[in-house]
Amino acid sequence: MTQFIQQMINGLHVGSIYALIALGYTMVYGIVKLINFAHGDILMVGAYVGFFALTAFNLPFGLALLAAMVLSALLGMAIDKVAYKPLRNAPRISALITALGVSMFLQNTFRLLFGANPRKMPAVFNVQPILLGDLRIPPLTIITILLSGACMVGLELIIRFTKTGKAMRGVSEDSKAAKLMGINVDRTISITFAIGSALGAVGGILYSISYYQVEPYMGMMPGLKAFVAAVLGGIGVIPGAMLGGFVIGGVESFTKGYLSTTWADAIVFSILILVLVFKPSGILGKNTKEKV
Amino acid sequence: MLKVEGLHVYYGAIHALKDISFEVREKEIVTLIGANGAGKTTTLHAVSGLLSPKAGSIRLDGHDLMKTPAEKIVGLGLAQVPEGRRVFARMSVHENLMMGAYLRKDKAAVEADLERMYGKFPRLRERSKQLAGTMSGGEQQMLAIARALMSKPKLLLMDEPSMGLAPILVDEIFKIIQEINEMGTTVLLVEQNAHKALAIAHRAYVLETGKVLMEGDAKTLLDDERVKHAYLG
Repeated sequence: MTQFIQQMINGLHVGSIYALIALGYTMVYGIVKLINFAHGDILMVGAYVGFFALTAFNLPFGLALLAAMVLSALLGMAIDKVAYKPLRNAPRISALITALGVSMFLQNTFRLLFGANPRKMPAVFNVQPILLGDLRIPPLTIITILLSGACMVGLELIIRFTKTGKAMRGVSEDSKAAKLMGINVDRTISITFAIGSALGAVGGILYSISYYQVEPYMGMMPGLKAFVAAVLGGIGVIPGAMLGGFVIGGVESFTKGYLSTTWADAIVFSILILVLVFKPSGILGKNTKEKV
Repeated sequence: MLKVEGLHVYYGAIHALKDISFEVREKEIVTLIGANGAGKTTTLHAVSGLLSPKAGSIRLDGHDLMKTPAEKIVGLGLAQVPEGRRVFARMSVHENLMMGAYLRKDKAAVEADLERMYGKFPRLRERSKQLAGTMSGGEQQMLAIARALMSKPKLLLMDEPSMGLAPILVDEIFKIIQEINEMGTTVLLVEQNAHKALAIAHRAYVLETGKVLMEGDAKTLLDDERVKHAYLG
């Protein structure tokens, strides 16, 4: 029983990180129908910014986080402007290939700049784990879950109640109709990239603290798993990305705990195949039929 | 109010609009009629900025609409009820109406207009919390019209508002268009239902394969033998 709860807590820890990253995939997909494969590398950039802010500049965690969010948001907007916007009316496959190109560009630029060797991320929340009977709950886990939860609630509030959020929903449903309402579609897309990338940066920092390191290719695995999470929850559906993130985190953690560590990734990715075969629209996928 | 001159639009190699000119004056209902593919919707899209014409001029009260991006045009007092309604299916009725007022900053007046819309379309009030995608075609059309009116337009563009509706609803829609016009909004109406459109319009233009074939007083066109033969059956 203790082990079950322990794995559950671990699952929530990684799951909330996957959920944060999955949100970026799903928001961008919802609005421009593009799987932004560079999203995983944006989280890598966010992690590096966090790393340098914590080590070279000795900033407190909050400021490091903020710096990473802001710079990643700017990076996300810049990538959209330079790489995707010129292809807005091109076939979708062109933008997808471009996204892969951007991903490799970021990975190799960072390798060139900072070397391929992993650097050690400082242990930010290096305090004693909280012991509840036989359970060990590291403070990092609690902070990760709370911070991710706060980001998700914040996102939900933005989308539901602000003008920007309404514009995002409008554009994702029908960009032409949104234009007719006076919504600036390009700007809305840009903001979506910014928010998605900022959330990705939070995910990247939490991920790198959890695994104690940053390296240029670190975005790939969590990026792919978060992509699976987004598809599992229903790509383009925001609550779906959160749900998918937690499910993937749970599956990974329980596989590691009960089966074997080596199987965890295989099982996570086989979920992608199963979803694509049996329910391509995902758990919370849209079924609203349009009336003509 | 709206003056379109020498409009040319191409879809790739297809010359969709060939030298279209027309005018809408204040307080009028003007209708563009014509068969499928005559260029009616293309003309509306050019006016509302959803596509860019190759040549010509479109002016609204002196503003050059050809140089205005689509999202700025609604701010100049021009709203469109698009073909196929295009309500935001996953938003509630209330949210859809508020999307219509997206650019407006006068909160109190927006609330008052919202109340007016609910007064005019009681069905929308009953369903204000319902998702727009779950409503019937007629209700969605009402919503699309109300949403456009929420921007407080001087000129309302309507693209095939009667399409796909039951006959009784078609009559209601045309009645609503007339009422909107009587309340002071100028209307540019594109319709395949030429008979009903001509019956409520002041003036009309007949389009055929991208050209203006005839223009004139709506009542005169309604009696015109050629129009009768070609469009009124």
